[in-house]
Amino acid sequence: MAVTFTLNGKATTVNVDPQMPLLWVLRDTLNMTGTKFGCGVALCGACTVHIDGEPARSCITAVSSVEGKKITTIEGLSPDGSHPVQKAWIEEDVPQCGYCQSGQIMSAVALLAKKSKPTDADIDDAMNGNLCRCGTYQRIRKAIHRAAAMQAGD
Amino acid sequence: MATAPLLDRREFLRKGATGGAALVLGFYLPGKYEALAGVPSNKPTAMNAWVRVAADDHVTLLIDKSEMGQGISTALTMILAEELDLDWKKIRTEFAPAAPAYFNPIFGLQGTGGSCSVRGSWEPLAKAGAAAREMLVATAAKRWGVEPSTCRTENSAVVNSSTGKRLGYGELVEEAAKLPVPVSPKRKDAKNYKFIGKATKRIDSLEKSTGKAEFGIDVRLPGMLHAVVARCPVFGGKVKSFDAEKAKAVRGVKEVVQIASGVAVVAENTWSAMEGRNALAITWDEGANAKNSSEAIRKLYHERAEQTGAIARKDGDADAALVGAPKKVEAIYEVPFLAHATMEPINCTADVHADGCDIYAPTQFQTFSQMTGAKITGLKPEQVRVHTTYLGGGFGRRAEQDFIVEAVELSKAMKAPVQVTWSREDDMQHDFYRPAVLVKMSAGVDDAGGVVAWKSRIVGPSIMSRFFPGSVKNGIDDTATEGIATLKYAVPNFLVEYLLTEPGVPVGFWRSVGCSHNGYIAECFVDEMAKAAGKDPVEFRRTLLAKDARQRGVVELAAEKARWSKPLPEGRYRGIAVVESFGTHVAQVAEISIDRKAHTLQVHRVVAAVDCGRHVNPETIRAQIEGSIVFGLSAALKGEITIANGRVEQSNFNDYDLVRISETPVVEVHIVESQDGPGGIGEPGTPPIAPAVCNAIFAATGKPVRRLPIRAEDLA
Repeated sequence: MAVTFTLNGKATTVNVDPQMPLLWVLRDTLNMTGTKFGCGVALCGACTVHIDGEPARSCITAVSSVEGKKITTIEGLSPDGSHPVQKAWIEEDVPQCGYCQSGQIMSAVALLAKKSKPTDADIDDAMNGNLCRCGTYQRIRKAIHRAAAMQAGD
Repeated sequence: MATAPLLDRREFLRKGATGGAALVLGFYLPGKYEALAGVPSNKPTAMNAWVRVAADDHVTLLIDKSEMGQGISTALTMILAEELDLDWKKIRTEFAPAAPAYFNPIFGLQGTGGSCSVRGSWEPLAKAGAAAREMLVATAAKRWGVEPSTCRTENSAVVNSSTGKRLGYGELVEEAAKLPVPVSPKRKDAKNYKFIGKATKRIDSLEKSTGKAEFGIDVRLPGMLHAVVARCPVFGGKVKSFDAEKAKAVRGVKEVVQIASGVAVVAENTWSAMEGRNALAITWDEGANAKNSSEAIRKLYHERAEQTGAIARKDGDADAALVGAPKKVEAIYEVPFLAHATMEPINCTADVHADGCDIYAPTQFQTFSQMTGAKITGLKPEQVRVHTTYLGGGFGRRAEQDFIVEAVELSKAMKAPVQVTWSREDDMQHDFYRPAVLVKMSAGVDDAGGVVAWKSRIVGPSIMSRFFPGSVKNGIDDTATEGIATLKYAVPNFLVEYLLTEPGVPVGFWRSVGCSHNGYIAECFVDEMAKAAGKDPVEFRRTLLAKDARQRGVVELAAEKARWSKPLPEGRYRGIAVVESFGTHVAQVAEISIDRKAHTLQVHRVVAAVDCGRHVNPETIRAQIEGSIVFGLSAALKGEITIANGRVEQSNFNDYDLVRISETPVVEVHIVESQDGPGGIGEPGTPPIAPAVCNAIFAATGKPVRRLPIRAEDLA
């Protein structure tokens, strides 16, 4: 079945099993491997993308359900790492192994779109679904505050 | 030529395959892709195993350790850049192939573990950098007709100090590389260091913040197939029979293949392979472990604890001293099996072809991976090329070969490149677990509050009897006894026994290995002894560590920074623990509160003091301690793998959860300035957190926490 959606601003059509999760369409059909497989059941957040601006777990999103929708992945945030959240991540030296960070960043971008000055409690709420085995959470918290300040032009 | 951004190999393959040869500057071209890329126009010249210089002064450094988050690629780059006086902006890195030149001087093979990368590599890399620098200087001096001593180096160039003329390394390298390598090159004076000892940002953050970093699971090769494997749910079980008909009918499935570890479904994509696996009908021969259970293992451990073990350490006569001691403290401590749960699920990609085998792997042990490839294919080791990707976490799990074996077997069978991917459930249920361990502890305390005797009887499996069998001598596996047998507390009669006990569950290295359990057990027991002696836990440790300045030093620093002597707000409690591991001393003070009605705990703040001796990157030390604390806290608060009917009961993050951001304490890291060492830093932050938290609970409730993970009844 052909499914058409907008991926990082580009019209994209794939001909796959309609039940195939968006995660695997991205990674295996389109070779866009920035979005990560972590648990397959929406428990870890590594596969987080934006669907029509909302954060979503691509590992449990059947590709048929995104027909006509706008999808943004980590590759679509900026061509060169210049998105304020990416800059804040680099500035705070957040990544360790780095595997979960695509998902962390996508969740953080979605949070900042809704709350331009999140509190620590807002960050806990928005980011609690994103696991990091390396334990970079303290730096993620700082980086989100830094990105908020950057976006506000502080 | 313009400064190219760091390229990952995936990007290279894409662009290289379309003829973008200019982009391959400085990049290792794996085997068959050299032809695809054409002849590089600006081929770099190798000065030694780690340094290649291109004509435009860009220097490629080969990183011969696995980067799994611990920051080693940044640290090794700093060491080489320091001695070579490199322009930081003109450095590229790539992971080294498997070759004897990269054997870890501590292991004698190429691999990453035991927190020994900086310890083992600092000297050889600094020497290699200094030697290359001397060769470049000699070449420039010859061209100018001056003495080398009149030249200096800076920003990847040799400068003639009298004329101010410069020659970039790129202009010199071809000639310099022909010179004999100096045996004792002059090393830079530490007071002139520009990089070492300075907080330096990671070199891989941009790639890792843009989705461009290539992990093993991201490898994409032309014609590559995807596989998943159905393995017997019981350890040691085998396939009896299987019916692949329904699996083969799943869209995208190419083949169903039996391999050593089980039944593999090979497909066009990972999803089809997983769907195909769901459709397999397999009958297993569950073997000898089919009835195994956590209860049976615990019972076995308790029985073994009443037997006499092999002696791991014996000072004085602990048994006699215990009999005569005025006060006795006795306890049995237990810890469970733990999974590694690396965020990147286990995977490997192999491409077996007529003239060789390429293995693309997030591996911690390149030499073993090469040997694995050679054994399965019948090729010579040098025909097996190991391409190390980034590792999405390692923690010891990726020291194993099981995933390499599967990929090579499958590529051989399919005559095509195959990527094998493990689901999270596969990972959780087919790990090499942190050993479950029981330790029977006894101590004698005298009337003055001194410890006259210490006896520990450690019961648990041996990692080394599988991994490096020759290292287990006289019944002692050092990785099972470290953290207790290695304690520096001044106790005149000290006995450590070990009872190697096989639980029927595979075990492996798990971040901080033996100290992950023995550190917890020893340090909680020290607080039990302190209470029996009527002493404050910090004072008690200070006295016992009177002769160990480094260990005592971190206790004092952590206590001071945590304001140990000052009262806490109502409802807050503190605990301290100190553990030496991998040559590094770490003390942590945890501050907690307990909701006794809800039986819940919050760890608010952890103050850590670290003495790892002379060090390369203080920012990495901070990051590793912060992360190690979260890692250890997951084990203390939640981690437990249990067995029923021979199977692991946990399957995913719903029943093997990890600490999340809302549960993460504020961590403060204080680094001791020291010229000792160096010590490791990837692991030593993990052991102290569980006992620091448990000792805080002990302070709050008066009841020691003798079994992990912390349970609701511990918080009543």
